[in-house]
Amino acid sequence: ASCVQYRLVVRDVSTLQILQLYTCLDQIQYIEWSSDSLFVLCAMYKRGIVQVWSLEQPDWHCKIDEGSAGLVASCWSPDGRHILNTTEFHLRITVWSLCTKSVSYIKYPKACQQGIAFTKDGRYMAVAERRDCKDFISIFVCSDWQLLRHFDTETQDLFGIEWAPNGCVLAVWDTCLEYKILLYSLDGRLLSTYRAYEWSLGIKSIAWSPSSQFLAIGSYDEKVRILNHVTWKKITEFEHPATIVNTKTIVYKEVEKSPSVETERLSFPPTRALASSLFSMQSKYDISQVPVSLQYIKPVADRANPKMGIGMMAFSPDNCFLATKNDNIPNTVWIWDIQKLKLFVVLEQLCAIQSFQWDPRQPRLAVCTGNSKLYLWSPAGCVSVQVPVEGDFQIVSLSWHSSGDSMALLSKDSFCVCYLEREEV
Amino acid sequence: MGDWNTVTVPVLSSDSKNIFQYTSEKKISPPNMNSQVLRLPLPSSKSMHSFFSAFCTEENIEQSISYLNRELTTLGFPSIYAESKGKELNLISIINCMNELLVLQHKNLRAQEEVEMQHLKLGSDMDHLQNCYAKLKEQLELSKREIVGLQERDRQLQSKNRNLHQLLKNEKDEVQKLQNIISSRATQYNHDMKRKEREYNKLKERLHQLVMNKKDKKIAMEVLNYVGRADGKRGAWRTDKTEARNEEEMYKVLLSDYEQRQNQLLVENAELKKVLQQMKKEIISLLPPQKQKPKERSEDGPVLSDLEEDIGELNKENIWELSCETVREQLTNSIRKQWRMLKNHVEKLDNQVSRVHSEALNEKDVISREDHELETEKLELEIQQCKEMIKTQQQLLQQQLMSPCDDDTTLLLQDCYLLEERERLQEEWRLFREQKKNFEKERRSFTEAAIRLGLERKAFEEDRGAWLKQQFLSMSTDYKRSENVTTPSAFLGSSDQDNRLVKSASQQRKPHCKLSGPVSAEPCQTSQYITRNSSSAASKKPAGDSKPNQWVESDKEETE
Repeated sequence: ASCVQYRLVVRDVSTLQILQLYTCLDQIQYIEWSSDSLFVLCAMYKRGIVQVWSLEQPDWHCKIDEGSAGLVASCWSPDGRHILNTTEFHLRITVWSLCTKSVSYIKYPKACQQGIAFTKDGRYMAVAERRDCKDFISIFVCSDWQLLRHFDTETQDLFGIEWAPNGCVLAVWDTCLEYKILLYSLDGRLLSTYRAYEWSLGIKSIAWSPSSQFLAIGSYDEKVRILNHVTWKKITEFEHPATIVNTKTIVYKEVEKSPSVETERLSFPPTRALASSLFSMQSKYDISQVPVSLQYIKPVADRANPKMGIGMMAFSPDNCFLATKNDNIPNTVWIWDIQKLKLFVVLEQLCAIQSFQWDPRQPRLAVCTGNSKLYLWSPAGCVSVQVPVEGDFQIVSLSWHSSGDSMALLSKDSFCVCYLEREEV
Repeated sequence: MGDWNTVTVPVLSSDSKNIFQYTSEKKISPPNMNSQVLRLPLPSSKSMHSFFSAFCTEENIEQSISYLNRELTTLGFPSIYAESKGKELNLISIINCMNELLVLQHKNLRAQEEVEMQHLKLGSDMDHLQNCYAKLKEQLELSKREIVGLQERDRQLQSKNRNLHQLLKNEKDEVQKLQNIISSRATQYNHDMKRKEREYNKLKERLHQLVMNKKDKKIAMEVLNYVGRADGKRGAWRTDKTEARNEEEMYKVLLSDYEQRQNQLLVENAELKKVLQQMKKEIISLLPPQKQKPKERSEDGPVLSDLEEDIGELNKENIWELSCETVREQLTNSIRKQWRMLKNHVEKLDNQVSRVHSEALNEKDVISREDHELETEKLELEIQQCKEMIKTQQQLLQQQLMSPCDDDTTLLLQDCYLLEERERLQEEWRLFREQKKNFEKERRSFTEAAIRLGLERKAFEEDRGAWLKQQFLSMSTDYKRSENVTTPSAFLGSSDQDNRLVKSASQQRKPHCKLSGPVSAEPCQTSQYITRNSSSAASKKPAGDSKPNQWVESDKEETE
């Protein structure tokens, strides 16, 4: 599904044919599929309206109007039948039910990045709240929206919450002014607190490993600390220095290779395809010899939210690798081997990394850096693929299909789907 | 020499010039003899000339001669006078004296030369020593100055060091101060933030109230129609029961997660224990039994029983499955002990090897080999003794099994029993399964036979129909035949008739029977099966059945 201004276009994944076309009342800011893929919600924040469309019955429609309460965020519940709207100024979260047309309210939600978290199996929902300058967490049962637990957290200013994939542990971390991460069990007991250092800027991002065995914490001091799920103590920390000296690390460097053009074949006026291939640089990967020094950027010290520290982290689905990005060295992806707890591969790109995502089935990483090339890495090697599009196509973000066979590449105003062939064995 | 003679004459009546000539001629005459010596007086020739002239003149010739004589005699030379008195000069003595004087002169000159040489040498030595002394003095000065310089530097560095330490302390203090400042500022900021937040909350509340009060008709949801729940269930009311149920489910989720983790840990634990046990066994096998020798010699009874207990423990693997503290500690301690023993053993071997290398005497090798052989014999004896002890221990254990003593042993024994029972059960299960398989086979063959029977029945019916027709046609003969065969049998009613009819038919029509021979054998076989299985049913075998039985048996033989 994709939205264009005020229209919602639903296409089939394998053929990209347009299946449905819906018109909404205003420009759509956010779309989300329901968990059973039967409904799509389109949120228009300016008007405060959420419209829901059904795939099975194109005639069915649903419109939720928040009116003067305004709308800031909207999402599905895991059962695919409730919509949670966050009103303006985070006054409250309204839970609208599509089955019973009933409404529930959650008061005092916290205005932070990740204030709502659902467990992977969709049974429980944790909401961060703040009353009287104190942070609280409420755990609701998603089936009947009953409040299960309500407890306060020892954080100054809660920044985010995230469930472990096994649904039993909730990680709560504090604002970046304090390095503090708290781990709560499903029934609200505090399992452990972890604090690496004081005063310096703290946690920037966290990632759970798919088996819930490890919790990776990326902080502003360019280090990733890994906690284990048995004792919740740090087992190792990964550093991201600007110079790599370990000879066991493989460093892939993207180099440009100019396309070979035969001058006899140049025709006037030049054909479009030729022009695009002339001006777009091909690139390939070279293995650089260690020691390698990477481009290090020191951010301006007097700005808020500096571009330093570990901003992006992702575990591979088979729990073997962790990919991280150090914002101080924005052109590089660091891939760590979790079985050996060592640095495995470093990918050095020509432009700054925009985003990366693991294939949901295999240990394959797709990276995009804002140019028209897609980079794939797997333990077998890495490859850079040019998107065969006329004109510019700056890939800003990407998203894998759940089967791992295709992925959607998004640029500012268009998107394309990339299909990956399966190897015939 | 000619000159010589001529010269002597004018000496007597000579003046200074002649003497000078004389001396100069003397110089000239034997130039090859002592040219050096004669050169000496050359520079002072003028003085000599004057001296000579001063000494002897025409007036005091005799005086001078007498003076010379006196001098010479005092020096030990013979007198130059011919006789003791008189003025006659002994020329020979004069010449001798002169020669002696010349020789003396030469000697003196040589001595002088030597002395002068020595003097020169000493002088140069002196110069050299003075130079050395001067240089050494210079060096001493230099080194003194260096020392002073180095001391200065050392002082400077120390003062620098002190300064740096001071700076460091200052920096640390500053850092501490800054940290304090940061913390105080942070608390201040937090306080301010809280204040602002409270204000913000108030605004939010106000806004919320306004929004709610407005009673916006717009805040609504339009839905074309209700949508069913994803899982098809109806919505439920929220009651206490549901609350309790939710709690229960939550705890169940948590518990299942913990159980899963615990299971994983147990599995890991069990594997590790197995590995440790294996290691222990291997270590014990590696260790030489010599360790046990001295023990045995000193204390027989309790030590052996310890050994037996160890070996017995090794055999009882089920003990290790109990994961209680003491068992775990025992395992780790025993492994540590064995490992230490192995380490000592290895060290000893290393020492032995090094000793062997250092002392390359063959005799010792031979002796050690003999020792080894002796020891191996002893070891074999010990092994036999141990085996006997094991046997006796096992007997004792069995006796103990009869009378349980402690709770622990009963528990252990119960565990043994449980194991045995489990094994027996497994055996029985296996047998049961086999029997089940056999029964299945039989049942399958039954069904097949039943199917065949059905088919044959159909064929029978048809035959019967045809046959009845024929019977009707020739009724009298059939009637007679049917009366002969009176068989009360446990067979099923219809099959009875069939059998009878079949038999009579067979007796009548052999070709027909043969066709249906194999067909008829089946029901007889099935009937035999039925008789076998329901033993109570067909107990009697009436005499009338002998014929069919024989026939059946023959058929059975045919088919089998």
